[in-house]
Amino acid sequence: MSEDRLPLLRRITRKEHAAIAFTLDGAPCEGRAGDTLLSAILSRSDSLRRTEFSGEPRAGFCQMGACQDCWVMTETGERLRACTTPLQPGMRIVTMTGKAA
Amino acid sequence: MSTRPQPLVVGAGPAGIRAAEALVAGGLRPLVVDEAPACGGQIYRQRLVPDGRSTRDLYGSEVGKADRLHAAFAAFEGKIDYWPQALLWNLRDGVADIVVAGATRRVSYDGLVLATGATDRVLPVPGWTLPGVFTLGGSQVALKAQGCAIGSRVVFAGSGPLLYLVAWQYMKAGVEVAAVLDAAPASAKLHLIKALPLDPGIVLRGTRFVAELRLRGVAIRTGIEGLRFEGEGRVSGVAWREGGRERRLACDGVGYGLALRSETQLADLAGCAFRFDERDRAWLPLRDAAGRSSVAGVYLAGDGAGIAGADAAERAGERVALALLEDRGLAFDKARAAGLEAELARIARLRDALEAAFPFPAHWAAAIDDATTLCRCEEVTAGTVREAASRFDIGEINRLKAVSRVGMGRCQGRMCAAASAEVLAAATGKPIEAAGRLRAQAPVKPIPLALQLAAEPAKLPEAAE
Amino acid sequence: MSRHLDVDVAVVGGGLVGSSAALALRNMGFGVALLDKGFCGAQASGVNYGGVRRQGRPLEQLPLSQRAHAIWPRLKGLIGIDGEFLRSGHLKLARSEDDMVSLEAYAATVADQGLDLELIGHNGLRERFPWVDGSILGASLCAGDGHANPRLVSAAFASAARRAGAHVLENTAVTGIARNGESFALEAGEGVSLKARFIINSAGAWADRFAADFGEPVPLTRIYPSMIVTEPVAPVMTVNIGMEGGGIYARQVERGNCVVGGERALPLDDPDFSRPRGDGVLAIMNRTAEVFPALRHAQAIRFWSGTEAAMPDRNPVIGFSDTTPGLIHAFGFTGAGFQIAPGVGEVLAELVRDGRTSTPIEAFSISRFSRPTSPADLDRTRYGSGAGPHPEPQPRGAST
Ligand SMILES: Cc1cc2nc3c(=O)[nH]c(=O)nc-3n(C[C@H](O)[C@H](O)[C@H](O)COP(=O)(O)OP(=O)(O)OC[C@H]3O[C@@H](n4cnc5c(N)ncnc54)[C@H](O)[C@@H]3O)c2cc1C
Ligand code: FES
Repeated sequence: MSEDRLPLLRRITRKEHAAIAFTLDGAPCEGRAGDTLLSAILSRSDSLRRTEFSGEPRAGFCQMGACQDCWVMTETGERLRACTTPLQPGMRIVTMTGKAA
Repeated sequence: MSTRPQPLVVGAGPAGIRAAEALVAGGLRPLVVDEAPACGGQIYRQRLVPDGRSTRDLYGSEVGKADRLHAAFAAFEGKIDYWPQALLWNLRDGVADIVVAGATRRVSYDGLVLATGATDRVLPVPGWTLPGVFTLGGSQVALKAQGCAIGSRVVFAGSGPLLYLVAWQYMKAGVEVAAVLDAAPASAKLHLIKALPLDPGIVLRGTRFVAELRLRGVAIRTGIEGLRFEGEGRVSGVAWREGGRERRLACDGVGYGLALRSETQLADLAGCAFRFDERDRAWLPLRDAAGRSSVAGVYLAGDGAGIAGADAAERAGERVALALLEDRGLAFDKARAAGLEAELARIARLRDALEAAFPFPAHWAAAIDDATTLCRCEEVTAGTVREAASRFDIGEINRLKAVSRVGMGRCQGRMCAAASAEVLAAATGKPIEAAGRLRAQAPVKPIPLALQLAAEPAKLPEAAE
Repeated sequence: MSRHLDVDVAVVGGGLVGSSAALALRNMGFGVALLDKGFCGAQASGVNYGGVRRQGRPLEQLPLSQRAHAIWPRLKGLIGIDGEFLRSGHLKLARSEDDMVSLEAYAATVADQGLDLELIGHNGLRERFPWVDGSILGASLCAGDGHANPRLVSAAFASAARRAGAHVLENTAVTGIARNGESFALEAGEGVSLKARFIINSAGAWADRFAADFGEPVPLTRIYPSMIVTEPVAPVMTVNIGMEGGGIYARQVERGNCVVGGERALPLDDPDFSRPRGDGVLAIMNRTAEVFPALRHAQAIRFWSGTEAAMPDRNPVIGFSDTTPGLIHAFGFTGAGFQIAPGVGEVLAELVRDGRTSTPIEAFSISRFSRPTSPADLDRTRYGSGAGPHPEPQPRGAST
């Protein structure tokens, strides 16, 4: 994913809420207080992960912890379900690419 | 003081909250667990932080119910044990395995109320896995709980009351709604006449949504066929057929869903018997009018036991709590129980009418083309499923799973089981119930291999009786 | 619905043993009926771990195991699919000096059986299998062993038997078998009756009932191995892993999922059905994270278990009945039947055709249990509801 692609989500509220710094695939990013990880990532990007088999991009689907299509990883390998994980300052997120373990 | 363990309530939506409230009133101290960080369930989901919107902005006409429910919870929260952000991943022999705060705990319970709610039901269409395509519920969560729109020019497609509601909510929030594409023919809405005497409020509200959408110039198309979502790497448009004509619209976000499906995994793990429900086109756990399942001490309430909506969920939650009290030999209000059952029966009739007005387009299943992904986790296509069914001569969904991997992925078939059963039934020419029911398997959601048992076994206070 | 069939052989039980026997018999031209109380391959054969290994088997099983070994690479021609069979090698780990001594002793015992075992010390292990935790002292590698997908293999054997002309009757429980002159009369399902010259009792964990009916009680117990599978992850495990002295066994499939077995599940109220225990799967998960540090953060996405027949001496019962001509038993594989089943099928077909087989099976004779048995030997799970169709098969399984 690159910054020149338009994000998927558009903020309507909380535009002026406190910024929360995190990194996305190594690049510094900002979310807003009250964000889930999914909202934080998709407010500046257009996918969350690539599938293991076809490599298609995915960006979640249900946003309520059911479809399991929004798992991302931290740089140290922990899995986070983006739609149900509140954004925390300093999170270092990598979007799953292929079969990266 | 009795030494019986406390009851366990799974889910803090309308059903779970009212169940817990009535258990507290009856003298028990239940443990309430829910995956969400705050109570309310899907419909009355709360924001992580205040965002300048009022609860009226958030819940619209349902604001009174939402505020009352949240207030009720706050009032009894000190009298229950409440574990938010807790995942119940396995149930067996009266013991629940629950991950909370990074560790797992084994909890014995006496009396189990399952109020696990529902998620969107979908049938795959080409492009449904593209980034920017969300469920109707997901689109609503983004707006309601996160204050984010799923795009700048959005299309809503599918069926069910949520279709018009979410479109209207987006419009109200100032987002351009390019179209509402309804799978049902316009004539289906005539069934709403039957719903009118049962709940005029609901019908009039729905009618108002449609009228206001039209007034603002939103295209509303009905009886659509051949729906597909298009785009390279993300959604950039929708296409469909209407009266034999191909149509196409550009958009940058899609909300899609075909009403709801019950979360029944835990009822299955608890050993509950199931039956096929014609209205929901789904296998649902058996329950009596009070909400008792086929397993002693296991109670079912809310959408997790069959789709009936939030008002029914509140009543069903309270009703099962009364049943639990009764079964435990405690005092309960018989007249209240009877009154709740009567209201639930009325709502059930309302649901029949709504289902007829927003019918599930089952015939879409046969038309799903072979290249379309059916199981989004395992990336199994409809063609693979059909091929496996015929190669192995299979007409049953668990066998189909075994040989095709459909439903074997992280979501455990939540997103594809209903669709796979439809595709299988269409392929074999048998009725949908003949395809059977995908059995639940623990863990109901993924858990990490290194998950540790909590050092301190959860010391749970005993119920005062 | 009443239906009558007259066949040469009625195979009772459509697991991999029964299905492969049915296919082999059809290929010899016999008239065959294959009956299952549920779906063919939905029990232990279809839900087991999927290990295809010879290493670790008792010496007396190795000739049969070698026979099966020759069949696995030929599956595509035999049943139309390769069953995801991978000749990856099977690596058995030693956690202690004692374990290593046992591995060495085993290698010496089976030295002339053609397994080509290779003993690997700690340094060799670090070099060649760096993804195995450093606490493991050594290992024994059987390069010719591997793993396969049981869900596909067992279903495909039954389908192949059907395509070859066997009558495959699913959801048709055999409720009674009687010797009737020169043949057998079977009652099954709702109104199905069969006449058969031979019976193959391949009813898995339910086979003891049919043996007992013919005066041959066996000390069969039921075991319920627990399985977990992870989400797909990057390639980690290059071989099928076992552990000396038990513990876990693990393999990674080509799609990336890791399947790990160990521990025992518990039967449900109906002992035909079982499901893993929460603490049991947790133990497997934690041990997997310890032995394969690269999987530390991987997620478990599904657990299952199955119902398998175990014999006290860990050897199966294969061969003619001692009491009843025409009756052939094949059950009790004690958690290790997946690999040898295709070989057993061929052997059973030979027994029908020739009355004997070229593969030594004397050690598996049912007569070994006909000595007076102590009550403790017979202390086993009561019969489940063996009769009655199961429209919804439960995950059941066995390990190898
Ligand atoms: C996305 C969505 C949007 C909807 N929007 C509307 C709407 O706008 N208007 C309307 O009238 N109706 C709406 N409905 C229907 C309405 O939400 C339901 O009828 C009502 O909420 C049912 O109440 P419930 O208590 O049964 O379930 P829910 O409110 O869904 O509560 C169930 C709770 O159980 C928890 N849970 C489930 N399994 C576990 C587990 N294993 N461990 C821990 N916790 C668990 C869940 O996290 C959830 O919080 C919507 C439904 C959905 C799914
Ligand atoms: S978007 Fe479905 S689980 Fe997160």
